[in-house]
Amino acid sequence: MSILVDKNTKVITQGITGATGLFHAQGARDYGTQMVGGVTPGKGGETIDGFPVFNTVEDAVSETGANASVIYVPPIGAADAIMEAVDAGIELVICITEGVPVLDMVKVNRYMQGKDSRLIGPNCPGVITPEECKIGIMPGYIHKKGPVGVVSRSGTLTYEAVWQLTTRGIGQTTCVGIGGDPVNGTSHLDVLKMFEADPETESVIMIGEIGGDAEEQAAEYVRDHMSKPVAAFIAGATAPAGKRMGHAGAIISGGKGDAASKKTFLAECGVSVADSPAEMAEALLKIYTP
Amino acid sequence: MVYNSNSARDWARRLGEGPWAVKAQIHAGGRGKGGGVKIAKTADEVKQFARDMFGMTLVTHQTGQEGKVVKRVLVEKGSNIADEFYVSFLVDRATDRVTLMASAEGGMDIEEVAASTPEKIFFESIDPVVGLTAFQARKVAFKLGFEIAQVKQAVPLLIGLYKTFVETDCSLLEINPLIQTAEGDLLCLDAKINFDENALFRHIRIRDLRDYDEEDPMEIEASQYDLSYIALDGNIGCMVNGAGLAMATMDIIKHYGGDPANFLDVGGGATIERVTEAFKIILSDDKVKGILVNIFGGIMKCDVIATGVITAAKEVGVTVPLVVRLEGTNVDLGKKMLAESGLNIIAADGMADAAEKIVNAVNG
Repeated sequence: MSILVDKNTKVITQGITGATGLFHAQGARDYGTQMVGGVTPGKGGETIDGFPVFNTVEDAVSETGANASVIYVPPIGAADAIMEAVDAGIELVICITEGVPVLDMVKVNRYMQGKDSRLIGPNCPGVITPEECKIGIMPGYIHKKGPVGVVSRSGTLTYEAVWQLTTRGIGQTTCVGIGGDPVNGTSHLDVLKMFEADPETESVIMIGEIGGDAEEQAAEYVRDHMSKPVAAFIAGATAPAGKRMGHAGAIISGGKGDAASKKTFLAECGVSVADSPAEMAEALLKIYTP
Repeated sequence: MVYNSNSARDWARRLGEGPWAVKAQIHAGGRGKGGGVKIAKTADEVKQFARDMFGMTLVTHQTGQEGKVVKRVLVEKGSNIADEFYVSFLVDRATDRVTLMASAEGGMDIEEVAASTPEKIFFESIDPVVGLTAFQARKVAFKLGFEIAQVKQAVPLLIGLYKTFVETDCSLLEINPLIQTAEGDLLCLDAKINFDENALFRHIRIRDLRDYDEEDPMEIEASQYDLSYIALDGNIGCMVNGAGLAMATMDIIKHYGGDPANFLDVGGGATIERVTEAFKIILSDDKVKGILVNIFGGIMKCDVIATGVITAAKEVGVTVPLVVRLEGTNVDLGKKMLAESGLNIIAADGMADAAEKIVNAVNG
């Protein structure tokens, strides 16, 4: 088992005829993911590098039986692409696109209320269940099948954590990049609940950032409901207040969301907090033996 | 809005009778306490206050220690203020919705109100489908203590502000103070508006209002190459791919006793051109005594990144210690290329090693 995706997941790519979409569709297929086609309005009926292209997500779903979609559509059309996938009944929608307007995401989240789809992202690296299914832009080879779940707001910092695990011989059940935007589809808390329910996941590394209180909410869940060990790192201890550090969500405002208070709260909730980003795997191994 | 003290006086006269408010225009709040807002009784006093403000470095709790230099001053007709209120709209990440926030403690520092008397701030969460409803606006207006005459003014005012927020993709729209005059009229006396950078593509007119005087010149330069750069106070320049890893790299430098000079995310496609520009920007900061490059290759191959670093370092002429940490595809080839480049590059294995090496190289 794993969470969100496995070898049976069938994936379509929205924006498949763009350079980025095609490149990563090919990469995912090479990894072994069932990449069953793509959507680009106006190019329905064509084939690109073996991938059938459809005009609408609805067509793609009825022809291919896809149950997941990955979105590489530019920011101006990303929110619409998410809603189209949700409307077509796609269970898992992963939006890689960076730079989606915040108020577009406010509308998307309202639109998704009461629907069964789950959104990951936007502005995220994607989701991977090692050796089964890779959806997104992460390098596949740094991952290894195993017992640790990883959830993170950041891309390359996730790779860093995964690499620390893999080089120590410890594999991962599923690695989920939830994205660095202030309004997104899936939170740390949502993913922790899934890891808690997954019999194969034995422990979790959670990577957070300054800004908001999503990490604190997740930590309360760890304290009150989680039976599995959780380690964490919070990036941005040196970030000054009021400066946006690349990710739109990573900003300390109104004296809230700074790294020190997050780390203290996480530790109080029983999370093993890494002092340095080089010690994420070490922090986990302090409270967990694979 | 005026750019010198003589036009400040002229404008005051054109506005009619005094008193007038003279306000320094900088991109930060809390100006009153720092001497950036004055009330003048005569036109000559307007000139005097404006002259004092031009060129002054205003330090408030929102500017940071270095403060902001005043280059623009607003002159407005003084209002007969009977009462002051606070109103703002912002995106609330907890509810994923726009929230209206209001308080009768206007004119004050709202962060202080939130800390000391949070019960004096009222909230309404707004459904994006229907927008701010009249009943929500009324609820807030009554909570602020308005009489019905003012409630009737407040409802269309609040709904109009919400419409502005949505139609121009704001991330913050703050009216502080919203005043009630002695005559019973409501007036928005001052505003702070932040726009969502991600949405500027559909607001050309707002994009054109960007005031480069209020921004760090190196941050502007970096943004032209799609580099995300923020200047800091330390002496170790950083070049990293990915915002999270870039923040974490700053953190680990601090962890080993060093001080980062900047946040710099070169993004996913670290091309030779972008790496070169990144080096130039880092080195244009005189404080920089060493550079740490931390790239987790991922999709990018390390030999390609190594080529970029070598080409850029040669072109720019890096004379300070340079520590490079590479990880990812073809990492051995990349390290070999760096070692054989003839450049004084210190190779590192892992983030901890890299941070220790650059801190030692800089601190001696």
